Amino acid sequence: MSGDAREDCDPITRRILRILERDALTDPAQIAIMLDLDVDDVRARIDLTRRNGVVLRQKIVIDWERAGEPFVVALIEVKVTPQRETGFDAIAERIYRFPEARSVYLVSGTYDLAVHVQGRTMQDIATFVASRLAPLEGVQSTVTHFMLRRYKEDGDIFVRTPPVERLAITP
Amino acid sequence: MIAGAPPRRTTRLARRVESLPPSGIRRFFDLLSTMDDVISLGVGEPDFTTPWHIREAAIHSLERGHTMYTSNHGLIELRRALVDHLERRYRVSYDPTRETLITVGVSEGLDLTLRALLDPDDEVIIPEPGYVSYGPCVTLAGGAPVFVATSVENDFVPSVAALERAVTPRTRAILLGYPSNPTGAVAPHDVLADIVALAVRHDLIVISDEIYDRLVYGVDHTCVASLPGARERTVLLGGFSKSYAMTGWRVGYAAAPPDLLAGMVKIHQYGALCAPISSQHAALEALRHGETDVQAMREEYDQRRRLMVHGLNRLGLTTFEPRGAFYAFPSVRSTGLSSTQFAERLLIQEHVAVVPGEAFGPSGVGHVRCCYATSTANVTEALDRIGRFVQAIRAEVQ
Repeated sequence: MSGDAREDCDPITRRILRILERDALTDPAQIAIMLDLDVDDVRARIDLTRRNGVVLRQKIVIDWERAGEPFVVALIEVKVTPQRETGFDAIAERIYRFPEARSVYLVSGTYDLAVHVQGRTMQDIATFVASRLAPLEGVQSTVTHFMLRRYKEDGDIFVRTPPVERLAITP
Repeated sequence: MIAGAPPRRTTRLARRVESLPPSGIRRFFDLLSTMDDVISLGVGEPDFTTPWHIREAAIHSLERGHTMYTSNHGLIELRRALVDHLERRYRVSYDPTRETLITVGVSEGLDLTLRALLDPDDEVIIPEPGYVSYGPCVTLAGGAPVFVATSVENDFVPSVAALERAVTPRTRAILLGYPSNPTGAVAPHDVLADIVALAVRHDLIVISDEIYDRLVYGVDHTCVASLPGARERTVLLGGFSKSYAMTGWRVGYAAAPPDLLAGMVKIHQYGALCAPISSQHAALEALRHGETDVQAMREEYDQRRRLMVHGLNRLGLTTFEPRGAFYAFPSVRSTGLSSTQFAERLLIQEHVAVVPGEAFGPSGVGHVRCCYATSTANVTEALDRIGRFVQAIRAEVQ
């Protein structure tokens, strides 16, 4: 770890990251041209973001349904009892440690934790909630919402629409 | 033919229409339609779809039943928002009721301006290469275009001396289009100030097409009307097509002193009547809430611009650095091909569409226009193909 990541991440590095966020495979040489930077500088900045934890890892976005391996996701509202020393953090950690929990947020409103759980079948998820999540100490109640259709996730639209036609030559 | 007699009509069309050359830009259209896998750098519009909030505002306006004509001038809310926008951005103030007009794109605005200004054979000075419609619109308005050549040596901006040489007793106006389609040139503030001074000296109108005003990279756009002495003799034309990716909505604006604008409105009320109302509602939303979209798109264009210009230069196609719009205008002379040959053979051999420079005026010879308003993946793939093509041509020559 080197220093404060926020200090290492100046506006130039953030511009590089925005390009990589869209396509992590973008060649640093291409990024250097796009942003009018030196390629070694681009490489060094990318390296640093990996070392200082600004970049957690690189992943690709897959439509698993089209890949022939559909899955089921549920949004689970979890009401918990905060603990004296650790507040919500300790119970949140006990939940996010489960690989089935794809995301875990502390939220304001009528419940405390919003947990996205992924499984191969609805039964998987039901089992997870009944035997792992609900019995945890500090969990008061859960409400499970199965997701019926994924329209958009993390900025990516999963509904196919025909491409917009554009004339090839216009003034 | 009897000397002095007008040429005989050969079709049922008016002579001035008959003699008008077809737009060179659509030359390859038939050829193109027979091909697939074409990467087109031949477009003159953003590849982005209009931002959703703008489309949504137009849908909402339809749901509320806004399907009628608007005032000839355009929706007053839109004109007010426009005036605020021009004041804020360029420190130039207009009266929304008497000095602004919402038009069917800059195209209509330009046509109105020319028809309002020109008596038969009045001359309009136009730097070239420039937008394909400038000359024909002057001709159709009964005037005579007088082109002033620019070249890469002077950054595709005319010298004031060259413009001054073109002035005659018949000159009515100078028509400027910066940032420039097709060269990407941005006219420097001082040059524009000198051109305005020239216009003052000769009592000319300045028509300034600033459709690309928001698409400049690393330089500031100078609004011609904001220059000293300019406002009272300038027709400022602008629009939403390029800044907000709204080409198909056909909505633009004109801002001009009341006497000029009144003349334009007179024609507009007998012609287009008003710009489409849904488009006007969309434009209003764009002005109110579209700034972050403009900036995001500009950042994206800027990255592609660098990629395109760097790539073309590396291939030996010397490219002037465009500071505005979304075009690169490389010289293809090093290939030994004319720009039309280059464009045709590139399309046939490598399925990349570009537009030959002479479509934009005689000084465009030896250049082609490459639009970089397409994805970075397309830009890099197009550059690969152009590289292969150039190599093959050079191998042929040797």
